[in-house]
Amino acid sequence: MTEPVLSVRDLRVWYGTDRGPVRAVDGVTFDVRPGETLGLVGESGCGKSTLGRGVLGLTPPAAAVDGEVVLRSPGGAGRNLVGLPAKEIQRLRGPELGLIFQEPMTRLNPLMRISQHFEEALRAHHKGLPKQEIKARALAALRGMGIPESRYGSYPHEFSGGMRQRIMIALALVLRPAFIVADEPTTALDVLVEAQIIKILADLRKNFDTSLVLITHNLGIVAEACDRVAVMYAGHIVEQGDAREVFANPQHPYTRELLRSTISLSTTGLHFIPGSPPDLVEPPQGCRFHPRCPVAMRGCATVEPPEVVLPTGVVSACWQQAIEADPALADELGPGGREPLAAVKEISVADEA
Amino acid sequence: MLTKPDIEESGEGAAGDVGEALVEASGLEVHFGLRGGLLGRFSGRAAGAVRAVDGIDLTLRKGEVLGLVGESGSGKTTLGRTLIGLTKATAGTVRYRGQDITALGERGLRPLRRRLQMVFQDPHASLNPAMDIRTAVGHPLRIHQLVADEQEYEARVVDALERVGLTPPERYLGKFPGDLSGGQKQRAVLARAIIAEPELLVADEPISMLDMSVRAKILQLMLDLKRDLDLTYVYVTHDLASAKFFCDTIAIMYLGRIVEYGPTAEVFANPQHPYTEALLAAIPEPDPERALPRELPRGEIPDAARPPMGCAFHPRCPVAVEACGWEARDLRTLLENRWLELAPEAATREKSLFADVESLAVDGLSTVAIAPGRGHSPEDVLEYLRHLREEASQAEPREPFWRGVVSMHAESGRAVVEFAPPRDPRLSLIPATGVQVACHLREPVGSTTGT
Repeated sequence: MTEPVLSVRDLRVWYGTDRGPVRAVDGVTFDVRPGETLGLVGESGCGKSTLGRGVLGLTPPAAAVDGEVVLRSPGGAGRNLVGLPAKEIQRLRGPELGLIFQEPMTRLNPLMRISQHFEEALRAHHKGLPKQEIKARALAALRGMGIPESRYGSYPHEFSGGMRQRIMIALALVLRPAFIVADEPTTALDVLVEAQIIKILADLRKNFDTSLVLITHNLGIVAEACDRVAVMYAGHIVEQGDAREVFANPQHPYTRELLRSTISLSTTGLHFIPGSPPDLVEPPQGCRFHPRCPVAMRGCATVEPPEVVLPTGVVSACWQQAIEADPALADELGPGGREPLAAVKEISVADEA
Repeated sequence: MLTKPDIEESGEGAAGDVGEALVEASGLEVHFGLRGGLLGRFSGRAAGAVRAVDGIDLTLRKGEVLGLVGESGSGKTTLGRTLIGLTKATAGTVRYRGQDITALGERGLRPLRRRLQMVFQDPHASLNPAMDIRTAVGHPLRIHQLVADEQEYEARVVDALERVGLTPPERYLGKFPGDLSGGQKQRAVLARAIIAEPELLVADEPISMLDMSVRAKILQLMLDLKRDLDLTYVYVTHDLASAKFFCDTIAIMYLGRIVEYGPTAEVFANPQHPYTEALLAAIPEPDPERALPRELPRGEIPDAARPPMGCAFHPRCPVAVEACGWEARDLRTLLENRWLELAPEAATREKSLFADVESLAVDGLSTVAIAPGRGHSPEDVLEYLRHLREEASQAEPREPFWRGVVSMHAESGRAVVEFAPPRDPRLSLIPATGVQVACHLREPVGSTTGT
């Protein structure tokens, strides 16, 4: 198996607040292989975007980052991005690391022509690149995204939303990064345009060797464009594995509930997860999902579940699967720990997201 | 408080069918004038108009949930607003219980407003941040002078909050919007909308700004309110999946017009318009067995100030025919797309055949005279175009553009391309389905509507 481009080990990103640290990302581990697309899903407030930023070293200065983010250049040795001086990381952005933002409407400078955006990006990362070369590379990247040459001198407002997002992708790709984070790249777009962008992202992994982490709350997009999926809840990854496998046989109760509550064309009844993701200053004890979990056991409220690698290769952090895989683990839950957890309190609208 | 029984099965849909007509729109148009350039402003002449709503006929029955579905720029929101008199129609009529509300001024509309309410997309923006929930939710009661004293006011507000699930109400009365989550705000907005006992609620993307896990809850709440308060809904959305679940009737809109209109189940089971088909195929589903189609409609929704001729969807339609409204602009798109795929040198060579490709960008040209580039004759251009047509005839999927070209010939130093005369597709009923569709491919045989 090829070596991962990116290995994240026990990454933690904490923000300081008056009430104590917000543990937005709390011990996350995953790998991304060359040319692979990893989907990162979960409700708002589960730490998806913070994780994406943390990996790229783009967290605000006040955030504390701990753990390992190892980036391996092809053929080169890996280097840990955590703790690297800002200047060093800045040098990696572009040629190694790229970011595609949400809301393409607001991310291009309205006073700059598209050509100037490309010139700026290429000059910043490749000093002394001749003008012809800049133009040739920019046009090649734009052509790949279906933007005609005649629009090279246009301003952002002259493009539609879908075209602007394609320009954003071209801007990220023109520096040929080995690894890209795309943060909700289709959220502001219409159905058909969204489908076009998903296709472009899905083709990326075929045509380039770019690895992608795709952050989205739309499970359909993950099923469409990703090889693997990681489901985040309250700062943890609760389930990760092959996207097809996870969607066909979701293991973690949170993944199951998330899939059930998605309104899709096959929806015949409304289902929802009661409550909302917890306050990350004081996350619940034990399994963080237990207050909302339909199959929670008593022990779930006190002991954090271990990660279990299932025969399908899917990793799930839930006591149900852990005990199934190794019945001896049930002892850790203590006496009576496997009894169903009586609903501690009625979850009302008061806790709604 | 999990899944509640499916409302559609429980006979509410059927009740909608027998209801009396509540709102009827006929020939409804909303055109927004463009201000134009400096000269235009001086002369007072408009530069043109955006046809946000362009000739709509529909009937909304009591108890019905009508979905207005389309992409941004399809006119769905403008139509929704016009149906309750929030936006002035520039032509046509909207009748509410037989009364033409387009003829009414603000004073005349006032008494109707409490019966016709609106829920906006962004709950964060539709509540005044400086108004506590007690004041905000009860505001309609004051405006319409529906309560005699403070006691009654308080009771009505408490009742409304209870109805939308903001319980216990005392906990919310004194709160400000900033203290509430997105879902709670939308509940408060719904409470404000129902407090004056409306009959019709236009909900403009009520769940699209909310988190995934809250959407189902708000939809369920809207279904409960409809059942308890005997409401009629117009649900404006771009999300087909929620519309499928929520609506009895659905109108698919494209560039100010309805292209398909009928019972939801029928429209989804058997989409008639190529646009509806494309929309349905493009929804990413969390089902690993279902992949997006290889061929998606090209491009994006066109500028409503310069709509395409004929059927507005034809430039993106994979199955468009001769009469769909082909014009010079489509030739330009075709050429640009071809050149995108060629090597830069080859593209430059082909481009040099034309003096000015941008001259094709003018709208409404059913016949276009193309000036050949320097050192080329009209015959060169024609030969090139014929070569493209030949090439296209062997490629799959077939490029529909060439179906619209009726002749190509040289005339006084120009290459002239003539397109088939455009015809506007009209909504026509598909027998035995109750679905109306505006597409030339679905017209009854022998029909000769419009020219």
